[in-house]
Amino acid sequence: MDRQNTIICRCEDLTLAEVEEVIAEGYTTIEEIKRICRLGMGPCRGSTCLQLIDRILARQKNCGREEIKMPTNRPPLEGIKMKELTGDAGEK
Amino acid sequence: MPVKNKANVVIIGGGVVGLAVAYNLARLGVKDVVLLERAYLGSGATSRCGAGIRQQWGTEMNCALARKSMDIFEKMNEMLEVKRDIELKQKGYLLLAFSEKEMEQFRKNLKVQSKYDIPSREVTPREARDIVPHLNLEGIVGGAFCPTDGHVNPFLVTEAYANAARRLGVDIYTYTEALDIEMSGSKITGVRTDQGLIKTDSVVNAAGGYSQQIGKMVGLDLPVKSERHEILVTEKVEPLQGPMVMSFSYNIYCQQTPEGPFLMGYGDPDEPESYNLNSSWHFLEEMTRKATRLLPPLKQLRVIRQWAGLYNITPDRQPIIAESEEVPGFFMAIGFSGHGFMIAPMTGVLLAEMIGGEEPSLELKLDPGRFARGDLILEPSVV
Repeated sequence: MDRQNTIICRCEDLTLAEVEEVIAEGYTTIEEIKRICRLGMGPCRGSTCLQLIDRILARQKNCGREEIKMPTNRPPLEGIKMKELTGDAGEK
Repeated sequence: MPVKNKANVVIIGGGVVGLAVAYNLARLGVKDVVLLERAYLGSGATSRCGAGIRQQWGTEMNCALARKSMDIFEKMNEMLEVKRDIELKQKGYLLLAFSEKEMEQFRKNLKVQSKYDIPSREVTPREARDIVPHLNLEGIVGGAFCPTDGHVNPFLVTEAYANAARRLGVDIYTYTEALDIEMSGSKITGVRTDQGLIKTDSVVNAAGGYSQQIGKMVGLDLPVKSERHEILVTEKVEPLQGPMVMSFSYNIYCQQTPEGPFLMGYGDPDEPESYNLNSSWHFLEEMTRKATRLLPPLKQLRVIRQWAGLYNITPDRQPIIAESEEVPGFFMAIGFSGHGFMIAPMTGVLLAEMIGGEEPSLELKLDPGRFARGDLILEPSVV
């Protein structure tokens, strides 16, 4: 696999090689990894990368995916424009 | 991982304050320093904070700590030989006044700030709009601006202190919880963790939102309380706003971070004392209403995430940085009242000097005895 050109997190433009380097530094939970390299912190809210990072960590730890703890799921479920929250949604 | 069975100093809390103390102790040559963190480093208030660094305070102590901490942030990349740049951005803090009374308080604060060589100044509403062109000036009577205030990345500052401390020999144990502090009379003899006992006569309480609980382990009822403060972040956009915009009347702060998202928080005056970390719908509504009234173009931005952290608050909104009189060897760096991250660098220096018996680089007047004596100087500038 071309690790330098395999994108794991599209929002933050993170490659497999970059993510593996962060893991090699000792950041072995998703909570820590996201804080260091912003994985999963973009507008898609981790919809792709969280499905990949647990596989990468499970492979490294030689365990099942279900053993990898997902980060805290924070609201809102998807991006909401502020004007929709303030009742100004009709404004251009 | 089993812990060492003895240490010169045990630091409880792996947030930025505990790590700054650890680094500075090791730098001063103190051996066998152990730091305990029950989850991962920065998992408490540090990585939940608003990432702002401000020197525009109202009390002498807060001004002194913030000013000297800024010096340290400015040279931190080199000082700590970081792997990742800490993302310091100095585009200022613009504080807005909505009444003459508020403006009078700003003027008083500016006088204190100038004593500490903080380059802040008064601004007119027109000057405020020159600094932040999309600002809605309605109701604004004036403001204050400090061009060297700004932003740093809390995750990366935490990492920088941790790595530097490890290089100097500090043992950092994550996922290791301090369960109790063992004592003989009023003297500390050890810290019991879920990974074993560490014998020591010196403990640093750097437990942030949970500092009250650590105090109870040595029989102290510390004059601090914790409350939830909420925050949200938007999608990334092109650079639009350099400075942090802050209002104590609106009780909000809002800044665009160097990566592009806007980060903003609102302090709910009715928030009860608790350890609650849940996000609320009420906050989302209040925050967006206030922020978009003050900064109308933000209406177009998407909120992508909200979260909460704990403020550990003292009666005068200034921290407690001291050794306990009742329990010698029990050191405290607690009660930061929402501004611990920005003054952590100097806190680390001063507490390490205190523990190591060195001459302090700044005369501290932040002992808990001040509350009993009643000589409170209330910090007026907290959101």
